[in-house]
Amino acid sequence: MSILGTRVVRTEDPLLLTVGGTYVDDLRVPELAGAARVTFVRSPVAHALITGIDVAAAREAPGVVAVLTVADIDDLPPPPPAPEGEPPPGSEAAPLPMGGPWAEPLLAVDRVRFVGEPVAMVLTDDTYAGEDAAELVSVDYEPLPAVVDLDAAVGGETLLFPAAGTNVAVTAGGPADGSAFDGCDVVVERTIVNQRLAPVSMEGRATAASWADGKLTVWVSTQNAQISRFIFAGAFGLDPAAIRVVAPDVGGAFGAKIGADRDAILVAWAAKHTGRAVRWVETRSENLVGMTHGRAQRQHIKIGGTRDGRILAYRNEVIQDTGAYPRMSGFLPFLTGLMASGPYDIGHVETANRVVVTNTTPISAYRGAGRPEATAAVERAVDLFAAEIGMDPAEVRRINLVPPDKFPYSSGGGAVYDSGEYVKALDQVLTAAGYEELRAEQARRRERGDPLQLGIGLASYVEITAADAAGGETAKVMVHDDGTATVYTGSSAHGQGHHTAWAMLVQGELGIPMERVTVLHGDTDLVPLGTGTYASRSLQLGGTAVHLAAVDVKEQARAVAADLLEASAPDLELDTERGVWQVRGDPASSRTWAEVAAHAGPDGLAADANFTDGQPTFPFGTHLAVVELDTETGKVALIRHVTVDDAGTVLNPLLAEGQRHGGIAQGAAQALLEEMVYDADGNPVTGTLVDYAIVTAAELPSFELLSSETPATSNPLGAKGIGEAGTIGATPAVQNAVVDAVSHLGIRHLDMPATPARVWAAINEATARTATREGQ
Amino acid sequence: MIPAPFTYKRASSVDEAVDLVARDGEDAKFLAGGHSLLPLMKLRLAVPQTLVDIGRLGELSYIRDEGDHIAVGAATTHGELASSGLLGRDLPLLAHAAGQVGDPQVRHCGTIGGSLAHADPAADLPAVVLALDATLVARGPAGSREIAAADFFRGLFETALEPGELLTEIRIGKPAAPGWAFQKFTKRAIDWAIVGVAVQGGRVALVNMDQTPVRAVAVESALADGAAPAEAAAHAAAGTSPSEDLNATRAYREHLARVLVRRALEAAQAAG
Repeated sequence: MSILGTRVVRTEDPLLLTVGGTYVDDLRVPELAGAARVTFVRSPVAHALITGIDVAAAREAPGVVAVLTVADIDDLPPPPPAPEGEPPPGSEAAPLPMGGPWAEPLLAVDRVRFVGEPVAMVLTDDTYAGEDAAELVSVDYEPLPAVVDLDAAVGGETLLFPAAGTNVAVTAGGPADGSAFDGCDVVVERTIVNQRLAPVSMEGRATAASWADGKLTVWVSTQNAQISRFIFAGAFGLDPAAIRVVAPDVGGAFGAKIGADRDAILVAWAAKHTGRAVRWVETRSENLVGMTHGRAQRQHIKIGGTRDGRILAYRNEVIQDTGAYPRMSGFLPFLTGLMASGPYDIGHVETANRVVVTNTTPISAYRGAGRPEATAAVERAVDLFAAEIGMDPAEVRRINLVPPDKFPYSSGGGAVYDSGEYVKALDQVLTAAGYEELRAEQARRRERGDPLQLGIGLASYVEITAADAAGGETAKVMVHDDGTATVYTGSSAHGQGHHTAWAMLVQGELGIPMERVTVLHGDTDLVPLGTGTYASRSLQLGGTAVHLAAVDVKEQARAVAADLLEASAPDLELDTERGVWQVRGDPASSRTWAEVAAHAGPDGLAADANFTDGQPTFPFGTHLAVVELDTETGKVALIRHVTVDDAGTVLNPLLAEGQRHGGIAQGAAQALLEEMVYDADGNPVTGTLVDYAIVTAAELPSFELLSSETPATSNPLGAKGIGEAGTIGATPAVQNAVVDAVSHLGIRHLDMPATPARVWAAINEATARTATREGQ
Repeated sequence: MIPAPFTYKRASSVDEAVDLVARDGEDAKFLAGGHSLLPLMKLRLAVPQTLVDIGRLGELSYIRDEGDHIAVGAATTHGELASSGLLGRDLPLLAHAAGQVGDPQVRHCGTIGGSLAHADPAADLPAVVLALDATLVARGPAGSREIAAADFFRGLFETALEPGELLTEIRIGKPAAPGWAFQKFTKRAIDWAIVGVAVQGGRVALVNMDQTPVRAVAVESALADGAAPAEAAAHAAAGTSPSEDLNATRAYREHLARVLVRRALEAAQAAG
């Protein structure tokens, strides 16, 4: 039986769960012996002019190696000029950081734009001395009004980038078509908030660097060692060949460690500038303001249709808070627009967005990156529409989901969905959850006025994975003369289980047992080219590349084995159960991989592959959440969560379920708990993990995961991505469940997170409204 | 997240600890479980010059039946309180509430004495010792003295302890008045209470409803006058002055106090 599709336990775990992996701060390599510690001096204010920086006292402090400010950055090439045809401010989206007037410096030049922005760096012999010396750096700030509110940002009374003449970095999409909703019996519209989140990866950001003999080595906690190398090359004007980037074990990222950010570039620069090896590991306080945040959209949704449940038109207009610097330009709201109409067959779909800068931590990708925002909006819209026409939300979904005979389906948002069984996923979840009985129990509780009300929330979704499928991924597979194999992958493991999965693919194709397969990644000396891990792309691109390389090696081996056995190649077969080559039907002739590889000659058995897919894939599913809501206190408990997450053919159900578990937890956390809050002056209010409430196991039920596999048609593994399905599906399902629990009170919407205070306030207001009405 | 420099001394006895702190004056702090002090030091909100570690002093870690009262050593951890058979039988309120503090890691390090001396109005055990009408024993250079729990909490993070005084023991009379309950309202299991209620017999104490833990005096007198739980609970916020923060407005805290006190009184009635 093939190992593919079986529940193989993660080979990474014994190390990660016992003696620990090797993260950047654990590195004890000779190049980093005696490395100086970097401590950043960060802006304590959200918006100010810098009128002076005095580092004299800090330079005199004990243990200080160097104190660096922007004045010391005199050895870098100027940033490349804005390329021809770069969109001027206020035009179409471009998925790269914007240059020109929006350019982000490395260290603050004459202005700070968010609390946490790097202003100076202190290099010391140890961390403690660094923290003390950093306090001695005296920066004169001339405060400016902080722009925090989105309307204030659009209004532009205070500008973050005066040269840009506006706070609106990108405007995309068309104006509303006045007649789009003309044929609708019912139209509902509403402004909703998809709140700002902090990624809170378990390991924060970390970088170490050394510069010796004209070669720069950077160890960085990143999702993409190879991309990072080109970023460093560009920043330092170095030939990429003079740079080695290593991503050792990475303790989580969630999109916030794509590439290398300014802090990482600064650490590498400090090594090159001072000639001394340096290392930096951020504290959790730094992490909460220095690592990019995610989401942060305000959406105006409008949905219309017929009284019998057919949705005819939908519009989602987004204001994307991009924080102090438009690092992702218009990419996140572009994805929100692309996936706007979700899994529904809607005749008229409109999207528009504006990207605005504010005096807050920059926004970037966070588990889903624009797609959870799309799903959250349309799933709320569908429920608002269902409530307005008085129809069961499950029924409205069933009526409007794209039917199986319409694939490939061109969506109103502009995507082409590859394959799907959307109604089947919905029905599978409804059946497993016992939907009818849940509704009956809800009715009984309402009837008896139970303080503990039941809420049932649905979210049907389709998402896009490997959106940049054309960018591809690399792999190399080698079989050695001792019968072992090595896989080099451009994909980047940071918790997903790549090592297990890639070894399974090799065993499945070549019959070399997993434990004899070594997987190497995240070192540009070993794997110079690759893309890395984001956008749920790893298995379908990186896994396929491994598969193709293994197939190539197999065909090479067939020829070698034929020579060895003095048989003709077509007569040979590989017994993948035993991992031996033999003449078809003649087990006595069998030769091991070691024997075949030894016979292969000086080049051995090795193959490279670079798999680029012609199109992204579109996983889909339905989530159903059940909450109990205490109407006396406003507290919500998620008590059940039932899902179908169809990500095509599943290589290892254990890994796929792990991704779903983590994603559902994060999705539920956004719906119920998490929000990065700033006060009016741009100070983070949730700057510690006491106030920024990540979810814990105590708040979550055991998830009920149903299985469904509709193979992708564009890659040989049939795989789609699974990494972000959880946040995409769970967030609106839980939010809809909360609203559903209090819908009988006349409540139609609650913004996230549904904290007890917010829920209680809504109940209070609804009760007062009813009392007033009854009093009249 | 990196504390300022400090000197660390580990005391081998209570006497030595008191001596060491007396020597360094106001710049010295006792360190027990470290779960209140160390976070403040990491944020540089507290910058003591010297820490005197009393966390491993066996003479401060015990739960003893003294006949008419139970004596608890100040360095007894929340975990030890929660799992104590003696407390489970004679003072279930204390055992139960200690089991609700933070998470297992916090409970295995944090101590009852540390929690009381830190006097965070959002902490659980200060209100519990008020509801139990406990007596606190402090030792300073001048010797030992007893302080009634009702006199102990003076303000936000402020107690009746004199500089250099160490809280050594908590004494709780027995048998406890019949009927107890503890209600803690949080966003997450590991959070500090947004509002909490401890009830023992006719005594009702509130968590996070003022600058200090407070007795719900109006509720207690209503109960004494024979009011039913729901009736008495309506007075739960009377005389309190709760703060406003990210988790709750004042009005919401007052509302929660009424709901939680009613639930606690009903539970206490059922338990009694």
